[in-house]
Amino acid sequence: MTVKMINLTIDGKKIGVPEGTTLLEAAKLEKVKIPTLCYHDDLCIAGNCRVCVVEVEGWRVLPAACATPAMEGMVVYTNSPLVRRARRDILALLVSEHSTQCTTCYRSTNCELQELAAEYNIDNEIYINLIKDKHFTIDRTSWAIEKDETKCIRCQRCVRTCAELQKVNALDVIHKGANMKIATFFDTVMSEVVCTNCGQCINRCPTGALTERRYIDEIWDALGDPEKHVIVQTAPAVRVALGEVLGFEPGVRVTGKMAAALKHLGFDSVLDTDFAADLTIMEEGHELLDRLKRKLVDKEDVSLPLMTSCSPGWIKFIEHMYPDHLGHLSTCKSPQQMFGAIAKTYYAERKGLDPKNIVNVSVMPCSAKKYEANRIEMNDSGFQDVDLVCTTRELGHMIRQSGVDFKEIPEAKFDPFMGDSTGAAVIFGATGGVMEAALRTAYEVVTGREVPFDGLNITPVRGMDGIREAKVKLENVLPEWSFLEGVELRVAIAHGLTNATQIMDDVAIGNSPYHFIEIMACPGGCIGGGGQPIPTNAEIRRKRAEAIYTEDEKMVIRKSHQNPEVIQLYKEFLGKPLGEKSHHLLHTKYVRRERV
Amino acid sequence: MAKRKLKRVDLIFSQDCSCKDILTAALKKSREEIIQELIDSGLKGRGGAGFPTGLKWKMAAAEKGNRKYVICNADEGEPGTFKDREILDRVALKVLGGMALCAYVIDAREGYIYLRYEYRFLIPKLEKMIETFHKWMDEFDLDFRVKLFIGGGAYVCGEETSLIESMEGKRGEPRNKPPYPTNQGYLGKPTVVNNVETLVYTMMIMRIGAEEFKAMGIEGSSGSKLFSVSGDTHKAGIYEIEMGMTLEDFVKEFGDGDTKAVQVGGASGFCVPRKRFKETTIGFQGGLKGFSLPTGGSMMIFNSSRSMYNVLHNYLEFFEEESCGQCTPCRVGCQQLLKGIEAIKRGEKSHRYLNDLMRLSETMKLTAKCGLGQSVANSFASIVENFREEMIY
Ligand SMILES: Cc1cc2nc3c(=O)[nH]c(=O)nc-3n(C[C@H](O)[C@H](O)[C@H](O)COP(=O)(O)O)c2cc1C
Ligand code: SF4
Repeated sequence: MTVKMINLTIDGKKIGVPEGTTLLEAAKLEKVKIPTLCYHDDLCIAGNCRVCVVEVEGWRVLPAACATPAMEGMVVYTNSPLVRRARRDILALLVSEHSTQCTTCYRSTNCELQELAAEYNIDNEIYINLIKDKHFTIDRTSWAIEKDETKCIRCQRCVRTCAELQKVNALDVIHKGANMKIATFFDTVMSEVVCTNCGQCINRCPTGALTERRYIDEIWDALGDPEKHVIVQTAPAVRVALGEVLGFEPGVRVTGKMAAALKHLGFDSVLDTDFAADLTIMEEGHELLDRLKRKLVDKEDVSLPLMTSCSPGWIKFIEHMYPDHLGHLSTCKSPQQMFGAIAKTYYAERKGLDPKNIVNVSVMPCSAKKYEANRIEMNDSGFQDVDLVCTTRELGHMIRQSGVDFKEIPEAKFDPFMGDSTGAAVIFGATGGVMEAALRTAYEVVTGREVPFDGLNITPVRGMDGIREAKVKLENVLPEWSFLEGVELRVAIAHGLTNATQIMDDVAIGNSPYHFIEIMACPGGCIGGGGQPIPTNAEIRRKRAEAIYTEDEKMVIRKSHQNPEVIQLYKEFLGKPLGEKSHHLLHTKYVRRERV
Repeated sequence: MAKRKLKRVDLIFSQDCSCKDILTAALKKSREEIIQELIDSGLKGRGGAGFPTGLKWKMAAAEKGNRKYVICNADEGEPGTFKDREILDRVALKVLGGMALCAYVIDAREGYIYLRYEYRFLIPKLEKMIETFHKWMDEFDLDFRVKLFIGGGAYVCGEETSLIESMEGKRGEPRNKPPYPTNQGYLGKPTVVNNVETLVYTMMIMRIGAEEFKAMGIEGSSGSKLFSVSGDTHKAGIYEIEMGMTLEDFVKEFGDGDTKAVQVGGASGFCVPRKRFKETTIGFQGGLKGFSLPTGGSMMIFNSSRSMYNVLHNYLEFFEEESCGQCTPCRVGCQQLLKGIEAIKRGEKSHRYLNDLMRLSETMKLTAKCGLGQSVANSFASIVENFREEMIY
């Protein structure tokens, strides 16, 4: 099908664009930047901030460039006196309704309103300050997410994120006119609503209205306390994104620098969540095989497909939305929590530390991990397994505060024990990674051979399509797995909770053709997590994912079951996967929750 | 300058013809003939925007597919207007007839009357009328059914895209245009939204013919229109009057002898001071130096005892509350205009701040997403310009 071309003039230049192109896109093709606020690459068009207005010859009004398609013969001015004046007025209006406490704002220097206000010289208070008379609140009830109404510009990016990408609808618009604002159902506090803590709204908030609850001060306090042994673990997706907040382009791997910086910050042990990711694969892979056996051999009524449980946003989502189907979830804790439980037991023992003096800090690409660490179930070590969770962004702040020159710092390695990992663990950070890692191990356990994919790269499960599926035939299996001979293992992957519902709706009616399903709450998986650097878009997420797969290829060991430290852990402490100790420390239960 | 003597007309409420007969005759014509007749008549929408009705139907008719909708906009939220209520109360079958014409022309099977929440008392009556109407449809072999939809009660829901959003069960927020409803309306399908009064006039044009309709009124504003007269007058009420009268004639007829200004078109309309009565002709903008008639044809008369500051303050309070709040210029702009005139009145801001506010209102007119925010400047600028002293002292 040939696309119809539309001819128009932008700022004096005649151009042709495919039909359906918006004026914003057309200008971008011409390298003209039109400012925007409510626009976001990942979301549908709202056209409500009106900052992107342009002048069109013969039009009575200035249309919003984001929402107006190019039309034949249009003559557009993106920077006429009328346009500039209107934009400046609109920005001044937004500022008048905004708490302009930039000096005390977490998002300062990474705020779209601040940037535009500076660009358009909103350098004095033209209009009356409206904030003073409004009874705005700052909601700090959630473990994970802070919502500050005084900084909201009502662009509804969060509302669209929560509805379109996540189908959670925890945030919506309430009231009208001067009282219109973004709120939860009945304006209930954030800790009491269906919010999954995924933080996707934070990633798309142009200002400081939605931020993660910060634990930076508590972490510094722990580091400064000589009584405490402070352990830090870092999730796979952090190392491919941290660079973005410290002066690198998206997609640059900073693993070694990060380890070095963490040591500089004063952590007593700089360890790796990746170690626990390998451990997760051991447990979860065997759980899958165990369920298959119980189903096929023992004819038990076990829940299949098995669904992954690494993503705490997904866990809270399924607990709210599909409480009758929690049996499908793997009982495995997430790598963060496995790490926490092992660190305060086995690691403490090995190192001769009193677990009560251990402070487990984790650096996560995620805001939901903050909530997860505080779930009441998560204290199997006898203490809260993970004490403090900070995001990639918070770590960026801490590194800047420490004065380290991140660009120049020489690379370092993670500390031994619980610092070793495999390529299978690192790919946990991208959508499809847990599946790939699990297949690499499960296939080999069953057949004694490597997965039949070139260079161990199971490409069908990779990529950014919202839902993907793959099949692996099990042939010539080892004798003890003979019941799996000829079975075609069917797997699926979804990322973003809207995609998850598509898969889950089939599971709920018992109509799912799969054996094993990986679900990540965030678009792109953890690399697109709610704790990752802002901004985000498909291109940035693609680059981070690429970096993850490069990191995998560079690893010597690329299969979880070959992680020497994990092997040692089983030998010395846990016994075997799904064993009694594992059961106690590494597995968990889920909670039925209400929908509102 | 074209103008007409003030002349009362009796089309809308006239009972001298049967709707069924009008429909019988009209439905014998081809779709194209009906569209052409409406275009020739010069009929423009009576709901506010003044879009040529024939053209609107033509656009919807040109859309492919057989799921299309006709919506009668009976949200009538403009303060001081109640003409649509009156029409539905007295001549609902004419409205339904207009919907049937439209359905026939654009090939729609379903229609809705979006009824203002406060008009629920009309439901039993309307349901009875709809029942009768459906029998006619069967007799005409026209596959068309009409349902009632009760509005949510917000003024902005009268705006056609917001109305559609609210019918779809969403928050009543206006959409971006384009696409227009004739292209993508209710449930994404081509939809004609017409005001109650507009639909009646389509029937009347079928009865009297385009020629006779066009003989009334003036260039660009043909026919007659219902006016809701209120304020300082002894003759408050609804009047059908030929288009094109001057305000001078109007005030002579309806004023109390002490008229200082007339607000033409309600809160979203213009304030015309006495010195402009002579030169102001009432009709749609364009072609003539007159004022548009946003929504309802409300004519509010103020005598010299009125404080125009209070008048403006009331309007701004109305807008500040009724803005849907989604777009910046309208949500924040309305608050600033209101707070601004209060601050000037209290002496906290200098009178020069009025100039900033005038500029702001101009920005709102240019950049607000829908007609509500765009039209705040109408009353604001016309009142401030003409009664500046009253704003300050
Ligand atoms: C804020 C706002 C409120 C409106 N309210 C009404 C209304 O109550 N009734 C109405 O018919 N049109 C109303 N309109 C105009 C509609 O958007 C639309 O133009 C009209 O229904 C089209 O019908 P017409 O062509 O027959 O006039 C309103 C417009 C705006 C911007
Ligand atoms: S102009 Fe006002 S009513 Fe219209 S969309 Fe904007 S905020 Fe809503």
